Amino acid sequence: MYTLGIDIGSATSKCILLRDGKKIAGSSVVAAGTGTDGPEQALKMVLEAAGADRKDILYVIATGYGRKKFQGADGEMSELSCHARGVHFVFPDVRTVIDIGGQDAKVLALNEKGRMMNFAMNDKCAAGTGRFLEVMAGILKMDISELEREAEKSADPASISSTCTVFAESEVISQLSAGTALPDLVAGICQSVAVRAAALARRVGVREAVCMSGGVAKNAGVRTAMEKELGVKILFSDMAQLMGALGASLYAYDAVRDRETSVQ
Amino acid sequence: MGEEGKKSRPAPDPNSAKFKLGRIAAKAYTDAAEAKARGEMVGWCASNFPVEIPETLGLYVCYPENQAAGIAARGGGERMCSISEGEGYSNDICAYARISLAYMKAKEAPEQDMPLPDFVLCCNNICNCMIKWYENIAKELDIPMILIDIPFNPDYEVSDAQVEYIKAQFWDAIHQLEDYTGKKWSEERFREVMETSGRSSRAWIDATSQAKHIPSPFNGFDLLNHMAVMVTARGKEEAAEAMETLLKEYRENHEKGISTFRAEEKYRIMFEGIACWPWLRVTSQGLKSRGINMVTTIYADAFGYIYEDFDGMCRAYADVPNAMNLEHARDKRIRLCRDNHVEGILVHTNRSCKLWSGFMPEMSRQIGEACGIPVASFDGDQADPRNFSEAQYDTRVQGLMEIMEGNKGGAE
Repeated sequence: MYTLGIDIGSATSKCILLRDGKKIAGSSVVAAGTGTDGPEQALKMVLEAAGADRKDILYVIATGYGRKKFQGADGEMSELSCHARGVHFVFPDVRTVIDIGGQDAKVLALNEKGRMMNFAMNDKCAAGTGRFLEVMAGILKMDISELEREAEKSADPASISSTCTVFAESEVISQLSAGTALPDLVAGICQSVAVRAAALARRVGVREAVCMSGGVAKNAGVRTAMEKELGVKILFSDMAQLMGALGASLYAYDAVRDRETSVQ
Repeated sequence: MGEEGKKSRPAPDPNSAKFKLGRIAAKAYTDAAEAKARGEMVGWCASNFPVEIPETLGLYVCYPENQAAGIAARGGGERMCSISEGEGYSNDICAYARISLAYMKAKEAPEQDMPLPDFVLCCNNICNCMIKWYENIAKELDIPMILIDIPFNPDYEVSDAQVEYIKAQFWDAIHQLEDYTGKKWSEERFREVMETSGRSSRAWIDATSQAKHIPSPFNGFDLLNHMAVMVTARGKEEAAEAMETLLKEYRENHEKGISTFRAEEKYRIMFEGIACWPWLRVTSQGLKSRGINMVTTIYADAFGYIYEDFDGMCRAYADVPNAMNLEHARDKRIRLCRDNHVEGILVHTNRSCKLWSGFMPEMSRQIGEACGIPVASFDGDQADPRNFSEAQYDTRVQGLMEIMEGNKGGAE
């Protein structure tokens, strides 16, 4: 029995197809988010990956900023609860989730059952999010995936003090022209993201184990900076970007189970 | 841009509290405009200035905060903020101040006009930005400003020394107004106003406390509209009568098992902060569509003043939410949460109000911990529509709802 979780974010669409509430039958990530054909593409890709058909899916939960606009869902949940659930499935001991996505950063406090008990999100500002990293990578004429390799080479991260993406852009350009080494600049950019998210985490209260999820978690430069900032080990899974979709697929499984229970 | 267009609704019953309160709020502006047209002096007055003083003296005053909220709720916030920003005021300044300063220059706003002032009455028990805002008005219009300084109280209770400090200023304000306007203070009239203000306040606080019932007999967003009368007219006989009607209606609603909250009440929250006026419908709908009723807010109760004499009045104005210490403010909110069976708190991180938004992260954390309930916050503004994101609001409210649902045992 298949259930689907689809996480439609500002920059990407992600799907997880779950079999019997336990096994991940397929996943997909498409670099196109809400308002595009990304969600449909992601759905098509996950079905192909699992060799399944749309009619085999018993329940679909949509999450992410585009959750309300996706026509094919049976229900929707916030990405907050879905990330909490997805992370708990992979790392049952996690009590704090730091999720940095394309346009927002969230910190979730989980109880021992994996249920979200509290959360904090970034304010109405792109600093400290994936968009910030995209803009900075653009200035440096790098692909965003190259940032972590460059950051690893740094011994002395540059200080990026501006709290605003636009001002930080000018600051990075000034540092470039002043001759700051590229690795130090990239490490400084990663640190700047980590510092902002760490402040959110402290607001919620950092309880170990701590895990990072969301697209930005793939960047080891940010993870390393976060570990330094918070003084704790950061757990990470290759599925970091898919945690929201995974949580949604688990909630979809619950919905099927509840439906079956109520019929009996 | 803020919200657009409203659905047409049937005219309310003229005997209803809603109709009466709406008429009193509107009449405050027309009364002042008529007084001005007759050649009388009118003032602009801060919302937490002792309204008993102009009321006793028979002076007509308008409330810039109330006007700014009305302009913002009717879609004029961005236009007015842009006017004052063009004058050089930073967009970091309170949007009520920006709208008011813009109105002083433009002298008209189709959303809510009011006569220009002959004097301004300022009291900093609600915020200190107001001092500079009113000083600028006084300077530009070359009119007197009367300031009552009620500093933030770091202690839990209001001391006798504080009362003396405030009382001397109240009398000074009265004497200045007598000299400037030619009106005379009457002890007898003051007692009448005090009694009427007390009647309004008692009925108002009693009405808001009806949310102790489950389900609540009213939608908390009603309070945000009705409180305009508590701000502008609590010392008037018709306000006391309308508030008593409101209380009667809420009691009747409870007895009949009905509510002005037009949805099934699944969750009950406290809303913290000034309303996000430019997005009132969006913020209200985001709650109502999920069965979340905002059953209480300190913002509404703040305008209920109950006291017995002149000294008591001075003490009451020193004991308002933005002037009291964190522990006292926290305890008042904890009481509201417990009395009204609140399951979660939604905090408006209001870009306009640095004071309120500044102390709220720690205070809401303490309240959430004491009551064992979740707290979520969203970014917004009391009057500048540009500081709000609907999608972000929606996610936060949904997250709060999912935690409240989990706390009921509905999701594990």
